[in-house]
Amino acid sequence: MSEQSDRGPLPIPLPPVGEGEVVSPAGDAKKIRIATCSLAGCFGCHMSLLDIDERLFGLIKLVEFDRTPLTDIKHCGPCDVGIVEGGVCNAENVHVLKEFRNTCKVLVAIGACAINGGVPAMRNNIDLWECFQEVYQYEGGLDGGQVPNDPELPLPFDKVHPIYEVVRVDYFLPGCPPSGDAIWKFLTDLLNGREPKLDYEMLHFD
Amino acid sequence: MSKTITIDGLTVPFREGQTIMDAALSAGVYIPHLCHNPEFKPHGSCKLCTVNVNGRNVASCTLPAVEGQQVLSDIAELNAERLALTQMLFVEGNHLCPACEKSGNCQLQAVAYYLGMMSPHYNHFYPQREADASHPDVMLDRNRCIYCELCVRASREVDGKNVFGLSGRGIKTILAVNSASGLLGDTDLAVTDKAVQVCPTGAILVKRRGFTVPIGQRVFDHLTIKDLQTGGGHE
Ligand code: SF4
Ligand code: SF4
Ligand code: FES
Repeated sequence: MSEQSDRGPLPIPLPPVGEGEVVSPAGDAKKIRIATCSLAGCFGCHMSLLDIDERLFGLIKLVEFDRTPLTDIKHCGPCDVGIVEGGVCNAENVHVLKEFRNTCKVLVAIGACAINGGVPAMRNNIDLWECFQEVYQYEGGLDGGQVPNDPELPLPFDKVHPIYEVVRVDYFLPGCPPSGDAIWKFLTDLLNGREPKLDYEMLHFD
Repeated sequence: MSKTITIDGLTVPFREGQTIMDAALSAGVYIPHLCHNPEFKPHGSCKLCTVNVNGRNVASCTLPAVEGQQVLSDIAELNAERLALTQMLFVEGNHLCPACEKSGNCQLQAVAYYLGMMSPHYNHFYPQREADASHPDVMLDRNRCIYCELCVRASREVDGKNVFGLSGRGIKTILAVNSASGLLGDTDLAVTDKAVQVCPTGAILVKRRGFTVPIGQRVFDHLTIKDLQTGGGHE
């Protein structure tokens, strides 16, 4: 799963939880803590995570969720695995991404946007101001519209970047989105202490 | 007795005048390649087909086979270099596969799958490249061009038209169109031309054919590029 590259294997191996099927760890063994977020993404990868369907029940016996769009926890505590959807398109994305890198032992880039910018990166060859004007001012039915300029809004970047251009990433799970089966294969490999590996038909850039 | 070379220990026969790539393809041995297409004279630019011959790394699509050559191809070191070359092709263009009509049928993407490319690894250039929609039936999107010159060769050698050419050098290379305006619509390119069919990526596309084949039924959804190009079956 990690390429034959400078990106090493798991920095701290996760406890093995048996071979093959995910099995419940004996007694009250510590659960694996997972955080997830969507930066410049569409939440499609999160939807695909839910596509593992009833296997979620098995998963939930093994893991507990920290900061995710599902839990409404605002900041990450120490986690075993951080899963990041979406690329980096503004200053807030960088803060969140760095928080994930700092608090998660293993950082996973999930989906095309986290890995190469994806569809949001289609704006990379358009001047940012022209792009905003088109969207907020010139588009039909927007008479009197203006480009939002509230100080609360995060500063947008002129280009969208994949997350590995900002922080070190341990594993990549491509797809737009990766299928529920691919996510399941990846997670079960990781939770079982195996080097995650996708079958040919699960590896997709689209 | 026919002459032979060995590729990864396998004895492979060849005819006089064949390259190592020709011999490999005839024997059903896959050496990854992008700028090579057996219907055309070799170009030798992508270097993906680099093999080790008697201790030296050379492009197998241009090197003639010679009796007794010991060729190494499917080894970790060479596959790592092929992966790096493929990743560089991704970052020096704009390859947003989810929005590309060629996805699933694209040789660049298929080679990346074959080599197990999980990310483009390098920093993206996000270069500024022009698309050309001026032709009624053919779309040219330079964002996806890998400069293999297959369209250039096909237009010259098969179509007898000379519609395409590379201009500029190094990272400034662009795929030029030979018309006064520089636009595809002002050339005599026809949708039936070989130049339109031969592009390994989504740089040259026939209009109004996008996404006609559903996901799951596209060329590389189940078949690897190795299977396809060596006539092998689905493993
Ligand atoms: S040309 Fe191939 S690699 Fe490039 S965006 Fe299209 S499908 Fe992806
Ligand atoms: S347009 Fe296609 S065939 Fe022509 S040089 Fe580019 S990638 Fe090769
Ligand atoms: S296939 Fe030989 S250099 Fe491209």
